[in-house]
Amino acid sequence: MGTATERREEAVSHEGMSYLDSIPRRVATTYLPLAVFLFVLLFPFYWMVMTSIKSNAELISREGNPFWVIAPTLEHFRHLIMDTDYPSWMWNTVVVSVVSTFTSLAASVFAAYAIERLRFRGSKQVGLAIFLAYLVPPSILFIPLAAIVFKLGLFDTRWALILTYPTFLIPFCTWLLMGYFRSIPFELEECALIDGATRWQILVKIILPLAVPGLISAGIFAFTLSWNEFIYALTFISSSEVKTVPIAVVTELVEGDVYHWGPLMAGALLGSLPVAVMYSFFVEYYVSGMTGAVKE
Amino acid sequence: MKSLLNNRHFLGLLFMLPAAALLLVFLTYPLGLGTWLGFTDAKIGRAGHWIGISNFQYLAGDSVARLSLFNTLFYTVVASVLKFALGLWLALLLNRNLPFKSFFRAVVLLPFIVPTALSAIAFWWIYDAQFSVVSWALVKMGLIHRYIDFLGDPWNARLSTIAANIWRGVPFVAICLLAGLQTISPSLYEAAALDGATPWQRFRFVTLPLLTPIIAVVMTFSVLFTFTDFQLIYVLTRGGPLNATHLMATLSFQRAIPGGSLGEGAALATSMIPFLLAAILFSYFGLQRRKWQQGGRD
Repeated sequence: MGTATERREEAVSHEGMSYLDSIPRRVATTYLPLAVFLFVLLFPFYWMVMTSIKSNAELISREGNPFWVIAPTLEHFRHLIMDTDYPSWMWNTVVVSVVSTFTSLAASVFAAYAIERLRFRGSKQVGLAIFLAYLVPPSILFIPLAAIVFKLGLFDTRWALILTYPTFLIPFCTWLLMGYFRSIPFELEECALIDGATRWQILVKIILPLAVPGLISAGIFAFTLSWNEFIYALTFISSSEVKTVPIAVVTELVEGDVYHWGPLMAGALLGSLPVAVMYSFFVEYYVSGMTGAVKE
Repeated sequence: MKSLLNNRHFLGLLFMLPAAALLLVFLTYPLGLGTWLGFTDAKIGRAGHWIGISNFQYLAGDSVARLSLFNTLFYTVVASVLKFALGLWLALLLNRNLPFKSFFRAVVLLPFIVPTALSAIAFWWIYDAQFSVVSWALVKMGLIHRYIDFLGDPWNARLSTIAANIWRGVPFVAICLLAGLQTISPSLYEAAALDGATPWQRFRFVTLPLLTPIIAVVMTFSVLFTFTDFQLIYVLTRGGPLNATHLMATLSFQRAIPGGSLGEGAALATSMIPFLLAAILFSYFGLQRRKWQQGGRD
């Protein structure tokens, strides 16, 4: 210990130069903890899958190894699709998420462009207000919102959700898009203005094409946020056929004290799949959306 | 008309209109209405009358409400500290030179993107008193002799819900901090290494100071989400056993919606605002420091 070479080797081992580490050391300090993290983070999903394809008899059997399935069955999925309202819950979730995402995205594009590029009088304050709106949690809004939804006659309709989800989607999307618009050079707009383009043409033909990655990020993130939304849907919806998947699985599939774990897990799994698939296609956009909103 | 459309102040307001309308009607107005409701005796289906601070006085003397405040603070502090520690650790691990790095990063984030209500159901089953797979494994290993009653005992339930919350929150913290780590120039580490800094010193004097601004923001969000958490508790315990896991959000839901006392529920929700403001101010100062560190204005 202590020779110059050794010290140097140890010194450069940090971060990007860790390939100089000895193999056992790397295993102990990097791979082993990482494996434990991955196991814990992914185990509930594995468990969901296993439970959803076990027969009822196997679920309550005390024999054998619970980590594996002996006779896999799709019975729980069949039960969900044929005997419950699951398809319509799924459809409701899709409709509500897609419509509220696109509405919010459209409103956010205009708002972000106005705040970031038109710089109208008071735009700075509006930008700050948007950020503050982003920090208002649904848990303190759902009670007064329930009163408003009821007064508007929207209670127990999809419109209740489509109109209230933008309250958390618009602040997020606007904030994210403001960051993207900021990165587009002003000179492009100035050229277009000199060539006689209107603001509308600039927005549609110059800004939006350049902001496509930002639009995808904001859209993906907004979609998962609305898909996962819980407290509004729980409060504003009471009929089974209007419920969204997260609410319906929790309220409709639990009957009394007998928990039907198979269908519950199958329902949870099916309800998670669309966001997981979407996410897997757009990981980079999702991550940049999430971290972008935090970093800006 | 044409000149009006080229006036950026007018056009700016026009462009703001859809977002502003939605946010004013469904965010600003309810925020005010919620505060007002907290000072009334409104019930479902009956408009309330102003009753001053009676709701707050009542809640201050209500043992369940006081317990929910304790639970919320305990839940937030323990979960946030552990989410930060584990998240930072995971971020540092992912920042190393790994094969399949982007794959790991993508997989790690899964708990965060899946609907919490649905992953909470998986935890519910993992925590089952009779069929818990955790108990099964521990019994087989000979570590315990009786199945653990995860959600039936007050302290077990508190810790179990906190564990589930950490499971969901660690990926968010880790991926955001990883994004921060990746902006730190490797040449700083090289310079520190040449000056003879040990790995701990490089972490303490290079990584940590440069990461502080983003830590401040990420943890503010994390604290905000945790403090106002609802779905995890609603699915796992509904506040039980003996109200041991009731958070302020779940209790205000229970009092307002199934219980019908909108005023009381709103008062509980309003009581969360001072705590949230404290978190936001914390974030604000975190952001200030960031500008200063980047040599920016303000």
